[in-house]
Amino acid sequence: MATTTTDGGAGTGAGEDRGPGAPGGGPAPGALSPAGWARWTWRVLTSMRTALILLFLLALGAIPGSMLPQRVVNPDEVAQFSTENPAVAPWLDRLYLFDVYSSPWYAAIYLLLFVSLTGCVIPRARAHLRLMRARPPRTPRHLGRMPYSARFTTGAAPEQVLEQGRTVFKRYRLERYGDSLSGETGYLREAGNVVFHVALLGLLVALAAGYAFGYRGNMLVVEGDGFANTLTSYDSFYPGVAADEDDLAPFSFTLHDFQADFVEDGGFSGQAESFSGELTYRDAPGAEERTHTLEVNEPLSVGGVQVYLLGHGYAPEFEVRDGEGEVVFDQPVPFLPRNGDPGRTADGVVKVPDALPEGLGFEGVFLPTAGERTGEDGETGLASTFPAPKDPAVTLTAYTGDLNMRQAQSVYQLDTSRMEEAGESEVLRPGDSWELPDGAGEVTFTGYEDFATLQMTHNPGRLPALLFSSLAVLGLLGTLFVRPRRAWVRASAGANGRTVVEVAGLGKTESTANGQEFHRLATELRDRLRDVPAADGPASSKE
Amino acid sequence: MVYQLAAEAAVDQDLASLSDHLIIAMIVAYAVALFLFALEAAYGRRTALKNNRLVPLAAGAPGAAAPAPAAVGGSSTVDLDADPPSGASGGDDLEVSVRDSEPRASASRSVLGTVALVVSVAGFLLNLGQIATRGLAADRWPWGNMFEFVVAICLCAVAAFLYAAFRYQARYLGTFVLLPVVLLLGIAARWLYSEAGPLVPALHSYWIAIHVSAAIVATGAFMVSGAAAITYLVAHRTEVKRAAGERVAGIAAKLPSPELLDRVSHRFVVIAFPLWTFAIIAGAVWADEAWGRFWGWDPKEVWSFITWVVYAAYLHSRATAGWKGTRSAWIGVIGFACLMFNFFGVNYMFSGLHSYA
Ligand code: HEM
Repeated sequence: MATTTTDGGAGTGAGEDRGPGAPGGGPAPGALSPAGWARWTWRVLTSMRTALILLFLLALGAIPGSMLPQRVVNPDEVAQFSTENPAVAPWLDRLYLFDVYSSPWYAAIYLLLFVSLTGCVIPRARAHLRLMRARPPRTPRHLGRMPYSARFTTGAAPEQVLEQGRTVFKRYRLERYGDSLSGETGYLREAGNVVFHVALLGLLVALAAGYAFGYRGNMLVVEGDGFANTLTSYDSFYPGVAADEDDLAPFSFTLHDFQADFVEDGGFSGQAESFSGELTYRDAPGAEERTHTLEVNEPLSVGGVQVYLLGHGYAPEFEVRDGEGEVVFDQPVPFLPRNGDPGRTADGVVKVPDALPEGLGFEGVFLPTAGERTGEDGETGLASTFPAPKDPAVTLTAYTGDLNMRQAQSVYQLDTSRMEEAGESEVLRPGDSWELPDGAGEVTFTGYEDFATLQMTHNPGRLPALLFSSLAVLGLLGTLFVRPRRAWVRASAGANGRTVVEVAGLGKTESTANGQEFHRLATELRDRLRDVPAADGPASSKE
Repeated sequence: MVYQLAAEAAVDQDLASLSDHLIIAMIVAYAVALFLFALEAAYGRRTALKNNRLVPLAAGAPGAAAPAPAAVGGSSTVDLDADPPSGASGGDDLEVSVRDSEPRASASRSVLGTVALVVSVAGFLLNLGQIATRGLAADRWPWGNMFEFVVAICLCAVAAFLYAAFRYQARYLGTFVLLPVVLLLGIAARWLYSEAGPLVPALHSYWIAIHVSAAIVATGAFMVSGAAAITYLVAHRTEVKRAAGERVAGIAAKLPSPELLDRVSHRFVVIAFPLWTFAIIAGAVWADEAWGRFWGWDPKEVWSFITWVVYAAYLHSRATAGWKGTRSAWIGVIGFACLMFNFFGVNYMFSGLHSYA
């Protein structure tokens, strides 16, 4: 048990006055009262060794989150993983392994770590404040025992020596004790350490606030369409636990024009070069209208919300006449690009439940540049050969019957359980029509629009988080690069009326720069005193 | 709606092919330097390292002799001012005593090492030229894919090594630093190679210059630290074996003292850790601009965080009794393993937003 309480000391000198966080070997808790137990627990928790173990746990605990799909990252992948591994998935879920970073056990690790940190840092900060206010300590009697010490004699008087000493050691906070100066410097190391650890606490609070009060939502906007920031406008919406969904910022915008550039030839053919969308937006209904060009690294910032461009795709436009010759549908329909397809072949469905005499539904494939490609199975099929719409085409499969719209369903899927397949179309180019069999109606592929997928996030913690993390870096620089150290100069009368000067230094960290600095300062002091004319003492003759 | 089809990506083919030739040249230079460093390590003579900034005071005065510890009452009294300014009288000479427990600073040395150092510098310049010509050829910042990241990391690792060699006389690390460098460059040239070309839109940002550069420089410094930590572990085992009366031969027998290696390893973590912290923060700011959130537990983010925590543990371990030395060296090695996993493992095993491979 005593093992947990043997910290400090061995490392860098600065770690030595660590306060209550680093107790000497305390008693084993076996025979302790409840208060004793509490004190013992606190001491163990705030010891360096415990902090070290908790740091390891923090790192270890993060690993499964990178191996298994996570709900925060991609809920669809979690669902897919669960269907593919029905045996283990429920167990993993029970252990929160799909929500590692919001799991109780991960929270336990970082909360314990932060309690430990607080318990460690507060006493240290207090001790440091006391030290900052105190005068540098008394000059030790035997300076020759310090890690660095130097001696020389000079013709200058002791007072002159100390006066010069003040100039040479000007970067030190100096205090006069009798025939000596005692100096200390490098306070910023400890201050930096405290700032760093406190900034980490601040960062945690900022992150927590962001999670609690923020929200995130995704939507898809077709060129020409508008968006108003209300709950119903989102395709998916993820509010923080304490977010007020009824109080969303009342902004709105319209996506006027979308432009995508792709590399046309060479080895990088088909790689996207840039995406940009022209927006007009208002902070609130009736507010002044402004414009913004939305690009991948250029989000729109409006009403405390950031609007980001996530992706892009095409929405072919269809006009559908039903069996009675009425135009029952005329609009663009977003088709989702297939994952990883370099030609951006996209799939989508068209739903016309109100067609008469029977409802109509279509499953379609959109090819930005229609061409042929030989698949892995050796069969040559229709495929898109380029991501930009150089030769756009669609193929459709028509269904007739009941679309089962009373049931909640995805706009990207057709429920064909109560429908019958009515046939497949030829390859349609813009302007082409397809007469459905049995007089069920007619569909015309009239053209296409672009769409953008967007994400809105509101995170009140983002600026505080940036602030605290920047503060942490500053503190870190202090704690890693500042060298706390003490130095002394003593001038005493020696033989022949000469003055014996002793210079000594003690670095609190094991940096070698300390010795070099002490030596440089000692040499400088000696050189200065060499130039000083002999004092008025009688025997100060220079050979 | 407008589709602009950019014509042929604007790549200067002459420069691009010059850049490709330089790849071979730099790998050859590094391999030769590695070979020579290994020879020096194995067959050199154990020599005291002068002017070593990791050893207290040894560099205190220009022209100072290596501290010849003339033990006087437990302390070594060293005249650091062997070369007093002319005209100085004997009466005010400085008498200095230094009592730090200093690591024995000696290592295997031979002229081969000096040649190796020159060849390393040449390799470094070729490396620099390779990166510059590639950047100019594609007219963009020269780190945008795995191949270019590896080459840039190796550049930084060699730069950090050269810094260590000149400032800390730590050229004994040459074998241990150049071995992974040559391996990585070989892997990069053989499997990761891609032509000079344009960047994907997500990388069109000045943040690439800030975030990626910081991460690359930090990785280079961590690499030197990792090399020193492994050397430390070998040297430590040598010491243990010697203490047990066993004979040790080969490179292991001629390594510098473990204390010195420990200092080098720590020094480079101290340099790299704040940079790594900064790289993560810059990455978060960039992610906030590009992906709409500053932290989303993407696998790359997770492993950067893990690496960061492990190095924070390394720094803490040095202030924890019983952890300094071998254990903290192992933590340093684990940190470096996490860093490499973050680079190769995450890019190839997981799908995430950082997949530009
Ligand atoms: C989120 C968790 C933590 C992180 C990321 C962290 C990080 C750091 C870093 C980077 C340093 C600088 C190392 C140096 O000065 O050599 C440091 C120093 C220090 N930390 Fe922490 N720390 C954490 C938690 C804690 C806890 C819980 C304690 C107390 C039990 C603690 C006590 C200290 C002390 C005493 C130092 C100064 C060591 C020295 O001066 O050598 N830290 N910390």
